[in-house]
Amino acid sequence: MAVSRRKFLGWMGAAGLSTAFGRPAYAAKKHFKGHPDSFGILYDSMLCIGCRKCEAGCNIVNDLPVPDRPFDDLSVLDSKRRTDPKAYMVINRYDHIETVKGPLYRRIGCNHCLEPACASSCFVRAYTKTKTGAVTYDASVCVGCRYCMIACPFDIPTFEYDKVLAPRIRKCTMCYPRLIQGKLPGCVLACPKEALSFGKRTGLIKIARERIRKYPDRYVDHVYGEHEMGGTSWLYLSGVPFKELGMREDLGITPAPELTKGALGAVPLVVGLWPVLLTGIYAMSKRKERIAREEREKAVATALDQAKAGAESRLSEALARAEKDKQAAIEKEVKKALEKAAETQTEEGA
Amino acid sequence: MSEEATTASKSFFAAFGHAAEELVKTLVKTFLSPFGIVAGIIVILGLILTVLRFTGGLAAVTNLSDYNAWGIWIGFDLLTGVALAAGGFVTSAAVYIFGMKKYHSAIRPAVLTGFLGYALVVAALHYDVGRPWRLPYPFIMQQGTTSVLFEVGACVALYLAVLFLEFCPAALEWLGLKKVRNLAVRLTMVLTIFGVILSTLHQSSLGALFLIAPSKLHPLWYSSYLPVFFFVSSIIAGLSMVIFESTLSYRYFAHKMDEEHMNERDGVVLGFGKAASFVLAGYFAIKVIGISAENEWYLLGTPYGIWFLVELLGFVALPCFLYAVGVRDRSPKLIKWAAAWSVLGVVINRLNVSVIAFNWHLPSADRYFPHWMEIAISIFLVTAGIIAFRVIVTMMPIFYEHPDYKDAH
Repeated sequence: MAVSRRKFLGWMGAAGLSTAFGRPAYAAKKHFKGHPDSFGILYDSMLCIGCRKCEAGCNIVNDLPVPDRPFDDLSVLDSKRRTDPKAYMVINRYDHIETVKGPLYRRIGCNHCLEPACASSCFVRAYTKTKTGAVTYDASVCVGCRYCMIACPFDIPTFEYDKVLAPRIRKCTMCYPRLIQGKLPGCVLACPKEALSFGKRTGLIKIARERIRKYPDRYVDHVYGEHEMGGTSWLYLSGVPFKELGMREDLGITPAPELTKGALGAVPLVVGLWPVLLTGIYAMSKRKERIAREEREKAVATALDQAKAGAESRLSEALARAEKDKQAAIEKEVKKALEKAAETQTEEGA
Repeated sequence: MSEEATTASKSFFAAFGHAAEELVKTLVKTFLSPFGIVAGIIVILGLILTVLRFTGGLAAVTNLSDYNAWGIWIGFDLLTGVALAAGGFVTSAAVYIFGMKKYHSAIRPAVLTGFLGYALVVAALHYDVGRPWRLPYPFIMQQGTTSVLFEVGACVALYLAVLFLEFCPAALEWLGLKKVRNLAVRLTMVLTIFGVILSTLHQSSLGALFLIAPSKLHPLWYSSYLPVFFFVSSIIAGLSMVIFESTLSYRYFAHKMDEEHMNERDGVVLGFGKAASFVLAGYFAIKVIGISAENEWYLLGTPYGIWFLVELLGFVALPCFLYAVGVRDRSPKLIKWAAAWSVLGVVINRLNVSVIAFNWHLPSADRYFPHWMEIAISIFLVTAGIIAFRVIVTMMPIFYEHPDYKDAH
């Protein structure tokens, strides 16, 4: 295949440009502390009585289907549940915790991360971290790849596996449609014990800290969600270590987008460097081939020359020898003839 | 219409008419063989399950759940499929960029395997995602460029196109369309380089997909080096698949192979085996560095640690050694076994990362095990690939050079 260098470099340029086309991945250098004045919700497990009124409230404002067992059936709490397409939030009960008398409760639902893993992982940008603090989802662009479910450290997004034509991701929206109307989220509104407090996230952190300061015996000194995964809009207070309530304490404080930043940052490097490197290797292997060919040709030529010279010298030697032999033979014949003539002369004379 | 154009279009349609006839004949012949009967049963079952999937939703045929969003259609069909289809870029890079012309006859089979592999990956994705008709959305609606999956999607889509174009010359020679074929051949170099860039990007990003879930993937498999691990092991997969595929092809299609292919065959096995041994050694080293960097030695005593050691010693160190011995003793047979073993190792690695060691912290009741229908659909897709491979190598110049284009490269 004959390719001129100019043509080849042209191709490389085109290949590089078309791959580099696209929006760059921005890497924030400073710590993002959430949108200013964004809202949050504080859940105090020490105030929660496990009445499931919040679940009912959530169900109503979100127009979710009526559950098999009614919300006042508390035997539901006997088993551990998780979010599903019909329940954006659930309350679980935890019995037999050593340090506490009676059961404790915990709310499971979207924590509305400050820098959400779901939003970072979505390849159609179906998720938005809104200025209100709510993380919303747009089903009209969702492909249903479920990478958000893989990415979410809290295992929150759920998928309508039984829907054929339009399966959606389902999760708590922090009642975003209500928030922008100035209304409270359904769960907060329904809570009879103020176990759920709605407000500015910064204010809620202060309230939580204040409760811990006032009742150091009642609470562990940890506001869950203040720093977990870079911080979440939902905040939790508890009287026992959070892992007793089935909450993971090993998530760390690195926001999800940081985890893939390095890998995404390597893309432009590969796009920029690989063509150069590969073209270089190609050029080197071509050059090696050319040199090998030239050397071979040269060696052949030299060998031919040498053979030719050798043959010539041998030929001339042979010719010379033949000439010499011929001369010698002539001389010999002449001598012989002369001797014969002399002999004849002597005979005649005698 | 001028006379010349009429003749041209006539010969064009004649070429297609002839091709269609040959295709039908080959298909009939393929399905009437013993292989074809088994394959036919699998295909029929696969088609029935396909109907179930697209009428009953994912819940009807899979064990996927809200905890386990990805099953073997991602772990096997996507992750393993892409890795095992790496032979195309590895071989064409070796021959066209590194100038190893003695492996030239290995290119077409490798490119075909790669092309069919990627085509199957894309087909499998249509089963797995909720709304397959929206698969182009990330490119035409909204670009989620912060997502590793966006990079994977873009590269896989582009690389499928590249492989298609790389495969084109064989199809065009078969169709007898000389002019277009020569045009396609002229693209070889740029396609090769483009293919290597795209492969580097998406082979590694398939590993990078899991970087976002350190709390779900077992620490022995989670590493910030995951993209590097995936890229390096894809080279192993590619090299091994070329050997593996050539072994099987020789068994069934020896009559199709020309002299060049036959002469180069053992050289390909030895050369690729040697390369695979070296890459496996490097892969072993970086896996150990991965453990050291996170200081996870203490985990090796746990059940997951033992499984990790099985993978590392049994499916990385062992094939590395087998390849080396096979090359030293010039034993194609041993190298072929090492290749098959390495392929299995890559399958195990991809399943470990995506399914087996993923969600390891969950109680066993919440863990995932594939539904038989998921497995059946995966088998159906692989079978479809093998059928396509058979039909194509029967009709097109894959194992031999087309007499009209001898020495044209």
